[in-house]
Amino acid sequence: MNSSPWFAPRVALPASRERLLTALSFLLPLLLWAAVSYTPFIWHPNVEISDPGSVAYFREGMQIERDVFQQEYARQLEEGGELPEGRRANPVYLPAPHEVAAAFYTSFTTEPRRRSEQWLHESLWHSIQIIFWGFTLSSLIGVPLGVLCGTYAAVSRLQEPFIEFFRYLPAPAFGALAVAILGIYDGPKIAIIFIGTFFQQVLVIANTTRQLDMGLLEAALTLGANRRQLLFKVVIPGVLPQLYRDQRILLGWAWTYLIVAELIGTSSGITWFITQQARYQNFANVFAAIMLIGVIGVVSDVFLARLGRRLFPWQRASHRA
Amino acid sequence: MSKLELPSYLDQTAEVRQRFDELKRREVILDVQNLGKVFASHNGPVTALEDISFKVYRREFVTVIGPSGCGKSTLIRTLAGLETATAGQVLLDGLAVTAPGPDRGMVFQGYTLFPWLSVKRNVMFGLRNQGIAGAAAESEALEWIKLVGLEKFAEVYPDQLSGGMKQRVAIARALAAKPRILLMDEPFGALDAQTRTKMQSYLLEIWKHVDITILFITHDLDEAIYLADRILVLDAHPGRVNEIIEVPVARPRSVDQFIEPEFLSARQRLDELINPPTSADETDALDLARLAKVGDDVKPQV
Repeated sequence: MNSSPWFAPRVALPASRERLLTALSFLLPLLLWAAVSYTPFIWHPNVEISDPGSVAYFREGMQIERDVFQQEYARQLEEGGELPEGRRANPVYLPAPHEVAAAFYTSFTTEPRRRSEQWLHESLWHSIQIIFWGFTLSSLIGVPLGVLCGTYAAVSRLQEPFIEFFRYLPAPAFGALAVAILGIYDGPKIAIIFIGTFFQQVLVIANTTRQLDMGLLEAALTLGANRRQLLFKVVIPGVLPQLYRDQRILLGWAWTYLIVAELIGTSSGITWFITQQARYQNFANVFAAIMLIGVIGVVSDVFLARLGRRLFPWQRASHRA
Repeated sequence: MSKLELPSYLDQTAEVRQRFDELKRREVILDVQNLGKVFASHNGPVTALEDISFKVYRREFVTVIGPSGCGKSTLIRTLAGLETATAGQVLLDGLAVTAPGPDRGMVFQGYTLFPWLSVKRNVMFGLRNQGIAGAAAESEALEWIKLVGLEKFAEVYPDQLSGGMKQRVAIARALAAKPRILLMDEPFGALDAQTRTKMQSYLLEIWKHVDITILFITHDLDEAIYLADRILVLDAHPGRVNEIIEVPVARPRSVDQFIEPEFLSARQRLDELINPPTSADETDALDLARLAKVGDDVKPQV
């Protein structure tokens, strides 16, 4: 087993190697991060002052660039003043892994500074709701329209040229307009997710629908299916598994519009939390919040993939959801 | 090559002749009259089918064969109503047909089973379309599944079946909708040689038990003879009827007949029609001069 080559084009790896490489894909960036954070001679462009000595503007705990510190140090050495002391440090915006790890817990327990502000879990929940409504509204119209476009040339001709044009318009460009129409709260945010998702969705789903084997439709015709039966008993069940996979990918795209959407009108949700924590210089919390978005994304996708295997058992044998 | 002394394919035993006489007195199921099909293409119109006329009688088994590009598939698709004819007409039980319908069942080379339906539900598809209630459709579907010998696989998805089994389900599905004629478009073309021979015998067995007329497209000469009462031989460019051969081989058929003189005479005739001898043998034209001649024997070269 171990003698099999690591690099054979298009050849699957043994399961043990797959697991090893999957673990490494996360471990390697983490190792790099740890190396930069914990090894004093790698990067560490600043000095954190532990004793200001005779330098007038140094304060304990202050961070200063290394060459500035060295200049001041040299000057004190020359003038015979009290020497400042400090240790090399990374800038505040790069917290160490253990600090971020701790922040996964502490950011949930960090009390909001003002009473009107939200806890992290409240911010996250708000973001999830924005995504949910934006994506659901888009899907309610986009999925049926996409299936119709993929099935009927007439619908496709009527809809797709315009949609093809519209999808090039960046969703955030509609921010001001959305606020003017829908107010400053959740309305415009949901609208941005909707605009960002909908037009891609129609085109992707139309394409998926067009991939359906024409032979299945012909077989149904020779079995006496009428037009309604063709749509509901052949096209829709036929494209469902691929359509579900498309929806998973589109949901990922919806998340990428979240941050822009939440900046529109009054800042809210996870974006508000991130900006707020950055303002307070709690960068560990900022990193934790950003990573949480990734965790939610991956976890929900894995869940949906599992669910897909349940929903479409006939695909289990040969295709993977 | 010395040719085998064969009887003419036109010589029929009394038994066979009587069978054909009786066959032609039956009602005509499919009547194809001067059918033509012209496709529009970038290089102008292309004639796929020209002036095709033939009749298929009740419970007859007709195979259609021809060189590649003769429009076999276009013909059967036009009969099914999946293509529209540009000339002539197709009568089924005396009535003109233009659109696809359950009266002409079809089995495709590419299986075309609905992957999201179990074997049973695939077979029920046509029955449900006709408005037959769930329970009745189910018991009827199971009968058909039994007929093709797949009762153990009724609840299985098509994905888990072999090619031959898939095609048996496709046959059961088409027959369950009770068509007047079963159109089969190279149904065994994608199967390996052994499975293919087995499927041919299966099909004859099914045909024996079901009142069904079959039109079967193939490019395999043996298959065409083994299955058919009559063989429709098409010419290519444009697709035209070259000859209709009455197969002189007695029924019931078995694979042992492949080496009977009647079978071989029909095969020889088909071969002449489909692979006409070319003026110069094409292998002679190959430029093999620079290769040493080894011959057919494997001898150590000294």
